Amino acid sequence: MNKSTLIIVGILLIFGMYGCSSYNGLVGKDQEVNGKWANVQTQYQRRSDLIPNLVNTVKGAADFEKSTLTAVIQARAGATAVNIKADELTPENIQKFQAAQDQLSGTLSRLLVSVEKYPDLKANQNFLELQSQLEGTENRIAVARNDFNTSVQSYNSSALAFPMVIFAKMFGFAQKGFFQASDAAQAAPSIKF
Amino acid sequence: MVSHSTLSMFNRILIFLFLIQSFVFAQDIPQKPNPPKFVNDLVGGLLSQGEINQLEQKLKAYYDSTSTQVAIIIVKSVQPYDISEYAIKLGREWGIGQKDKNNGVVFLWAPGDRKIFIATGYGVEGGLTDAYSKRIIETVVKPNFKQLRYYQGLDEGTNSIFKYLSGEFDAEPTEEGDLGDVIFAIIFFIIIGLIILYVIGKMSGGSKGGGNRGGGFVPYTTYTGWGSSSGGWSSSGGSSGGGGFDFGGGSFGGGGAGGDY
Repeated sequence: MNKSTLIIVGILLIFGMYGCSSYNGLVGKDQEVNGKWANVQTQYQRRSDLIPNLVNTVKGAADFEKSTLTAVIQARAGATAVNIKADELTPENIQKFQAAQDQLSGTLSRLLVSVEKYPDLKANQNFLELQSQLEGTENRIAVARNDFNTSVQSYNSSALAFPMVIFAKMFGFAQKGFFQASDAAQAAPSIKF
Repeated sequence: MVSHSTLSMFNRILIFLFLIQSFVFAQDIPQKPNPPKFVNDLVGGLLSQGEINQLEQKLKAYYDSTSTQVAIIIVKSVQPYDISEYAIKLGREWGIGQKDKNNGVVFLWAPGDRKIFIATGYGVEGGLTDAYSKRIIETVVKPNFKQLRYYQGLDEGTNSIFKYLSGEFDAEPTEEGDLGDVIFAIIFFIIIGLIILYVIGKMSGGSKGGGNRGGGFVPYTTYTGWGSSSGGWSSSGGSSGGGGFDFGGGSFGGGGAGGDY
């Protein structure tokens, strides 16, 4: 009787210790994901901040087609409206966020393509520098998204693995969402079997 | 229950894909050279050995005076990557720039793709903005490269990078680090010396029978003191002196610009 209670206490202790260490591990990974998410938002914000300047430059340089510009402005408003806090990074929310931002990416690239038809705009120094800033921002977004995905992958794979999943559920660590590769990126043959 | 298992299956596939991707990545990005160099011509034949040495010396001198690491890397092709992605991966993998300042610049040239790219570390983005990088590529590097003046393109290109970064990072920190090491070593010696004096004083003041033993003891402690601190001296000498340097572990966040020539 005495022995068996001791064994039970021992098992509970080991379980508790394991729970503590796994909890701490999850907290660390959770914070890492939050940090990377903040960086993703910063980079998207940076792009969003560049757009008014770009729109004004394009508008001023030529009698630019109105529909392309309004599409960009509307998509920007739509993208800034979707704001996700670090503790709401569910797969659905990430998908929503990505959809809004991809909408903006699409209209922006259409704008940059239609600029090709305006030679004086292409020679405009101000426009060229804005364009290079925009390109750099897109690169930063790609890097930030990649880093975010890596941290989410590490978080998810430990929060959803078997023994840990019990503690994760107990302490309310939910699964987090990824950024999916866009259709254009998936078309590129990067993996060959 | 079913959805959960399919989800974990999905995750497993994702992890698998990540692994494959990292495998491909490991194959494509060249290894950091040992010993590290600022000018890495992995193609060969585009620059003469003398030109490479000249660039190497210039970049080394710039590193010594500003702690900023500008690395020129020439690879045949960046396929299947985008050149910006390749440059950032390379910069991160090799750790170009100081860890605490992230002041590294990757000047990547892929002659097989006729592409050039300047990737800036996090700390450099403020001075060498994307627009400036673009300007260097368009107005300095491209015109030279189009006329096959590769050395001039790289030489003037790096000069322009120096120009935009002038005043951003002033040499001091590494010097200060060395000075700190020296001061630390001196204090260390003084403390060890005091301890030895104290021990000797104790020994001679104490029993005379133990003197012989103490004599054997004291040199031993001085010996270990010498060993550890001489290691510190040689390493600080190496970082400030001639050949040896290492990439400091700087990181890249996607800044920079590039173009075709």
